[in-house]
Amino acid sequence: MSTELAIETTGLVKVFGDNRAVDGIDLAVPTGTVYGVLGPNGAGKTTVVRMLATLLRPDGGTARVFGKDVVKEADAVRSRVSLTGQYASVDEDLTGVENLVLLARLLGHSKPAARDRAAQLLEGFGLSEAAAKQVKNYSGGMRRRIDIAASILNTPDVLFLDEPTTGLDPRSRNQVWDIVRAVVAHGTTVLLTTQYLDEADQLASRIAVIDHGKVIAEGTKGELKASVGAGTVHLRLRDGGQRAEAQQVLALALNAEVQLDADPVALTARVDGQSTEQGAAEQAGRALAELARCGITVDNFSLGQPSLDEVFLALTDKKGVAA
Amino acid sequence: MSTATAKTELEGVALAAPDKERLSALLVGQERPPRPSALSASMTFGWRAMLKIKHVPEQLFDVTAFPIMLVLMYTYLFGGALAGSTEEYIQFLLPGIMVMSVVMITMYTGIAVNTDIAKGVFDRFRTLPIWRPAPMVGYLLGDVLRYLLASAVMLAIGMIIGFRPDGGVLGVLAGVALLVLFSFAFSWIWTMFGLLLRSEKSVMGVSMMVIFPLTFLSNVFVDPKTMPGWLQAFVNNSPVTHLATAVRELMAGNWPASDIAWTLGWAGVLVVVFGAVTMRLYNRK
Repeated sequence: MSTELAIETTGLVKVFGDNRAVDGIDLAVPTGTVYGVLGPNGAGKTTVVRMLATLLRPDGGTARVFGKDVVKEADAVRSRVSLTGQYASVDEDLTGVENLVLLARLLGHSKPAARDRAAQLLEGFGLSEAAAKQVKNYSGGMRRRIDIAASILNTPDVLFLDEPTTGLDPRSRNQVWDIVRAVVAHGTTVLLTTQYLDEADQLASRIAVIDHGKVIAEGTKGELKASVGAGTVHLRLRDGGQRAEAQQVLALALNAEVQLDADPVALTARVDGQSTEQGAAEQAGRALAELARCGITVDNFSLGQPSLDEVFLALTDKKGVAA
Repeated sequence: MSTATAKTELEGVALAAPDKERLSALLVGQERPPRPSALSASMTFGWRAMLKIKHVPEQLFDVTAFPIMLVLMYTYLFGGALAGSTEEYIQFLLPGIMVMSVVMITMYTGIAVNTDIAKGVFDRFRTLPIWRPAPMVGYLLGDVLRYLLASAVMLAIGMIIGFRPDGGVLGVLAGVALLVLFSFAFSWIWTMFGLLLRSEKSVMGVSMMVIFPLTFLSNVFVDPKTMPGWLQAFVNNSPVTHLATAVRELMAGNWPASDIAWTLGWAGVLVVVFGAVTMRLYNRK
């Protein structure tokens, strides 16, 4: 552990009534990275973020941001973090520019400096024309942008983004991603919660998968994917009638379970790649040759790393079996 | 309607994408200013309250139309019966009804806190490295403006229907100043309820339960001498009675030292007790 940790939690617990929303979470987030906290609704993601941002007191365990305890040294933590919550953390009754000036003043900027900074950010975030409108009239994507703009009035050392793209259209989502990349390139550590695997895949370097208040897997994207298998083969046949035969041939050639997709001409198989001498691609190539020898026409073939979707399903399945 | 038009106007704007290079320029080489003082942070939140009034001016209804209604209603309802004529009665009633109205208006603070606290923006305020009570003090500073406005409106209507304070401008200003100071202190009860209770309706209900006995069981309308002994004991020691007497005497050109002292004492106790409870709730929320 030579690099400084931006965020470190040990055995973090939060209980609401008889619901253990966060049940012993350990996180170690290296400085200057995007750390993804991935999980379904109600997994405890938001509760973790709220504790780290000093909004909730943990019921057990400790949480530190740059070595400062979030309870005992809350003020020191507050001066280094910013939060963009799941619901717009700006005042909907005020205009965009009023919101930014208000928050800039609260961060200690003088009146002229606050106005300058607000104008800069509004322009940089493509919100100049909407500056004088009340935020309640903004679209979802614009709200997110003003919200993130408010979070970087003073560039924070840690930025918490709680489901920043939930409910956004693809275009707005890409804009938010661009903003997050720019913030990280500047050196800010970002803790991102999301229920979209795609988003964690796009942005995060390390990911913790949480479910029912516990971390069920943690690691780099590569590690997580490798833990599920080397890759997945997707096939589309010309003739759906040959699918049952193709399934048998593939199962033999790949020594793996072959699933029939909802699409009547498609099949999916997971390639192990670790238990045999051959690499995943080699195995897949042999399987293709085998199919051709049996007279099964394959229209479309792909071999890919497992998606985080597959990782997530595999992980939660395992847990279900264990329980 | 206005919302709908604003939305369509904004649709074109939403397409303007943030530019990557400009974005990173925004992040570079920024130095962090020192944190604002407690006063500066509170004033900034006070400014927020002003902006809210600017965007929704209808909310001033309760500090304009409502006080006018109270003055006219009570003057003409009780004037003839209690003091022989409305002109006589307004001399006695106006300072008292000002006290009653402004103290009543303070309860809107609780409702504002209650509806505001549930919004996401409060999460942001609470993660800022600022003096913790500043958002609450900010509300109350905004409300001071509302109290001043209500006082001015009531004085104006009072003067029109015959109120002639012997204390002159200075006496009237001193009375209003004492009233506003007390109301600021009294409002901490509402910030507490605003944070404590779960819904706007329950805040309203509890506020009524507190405010009606407190303002009516006082010397605002009549001299307490005709009340039964047990009620006199309550009325004579009520902070609202001390305040009403102090304001009435100040406006009449006297110097009611003991009532002023009682009023300031109550104000101090209210701030210390309910301010502390409010901040505890705020930090725990």
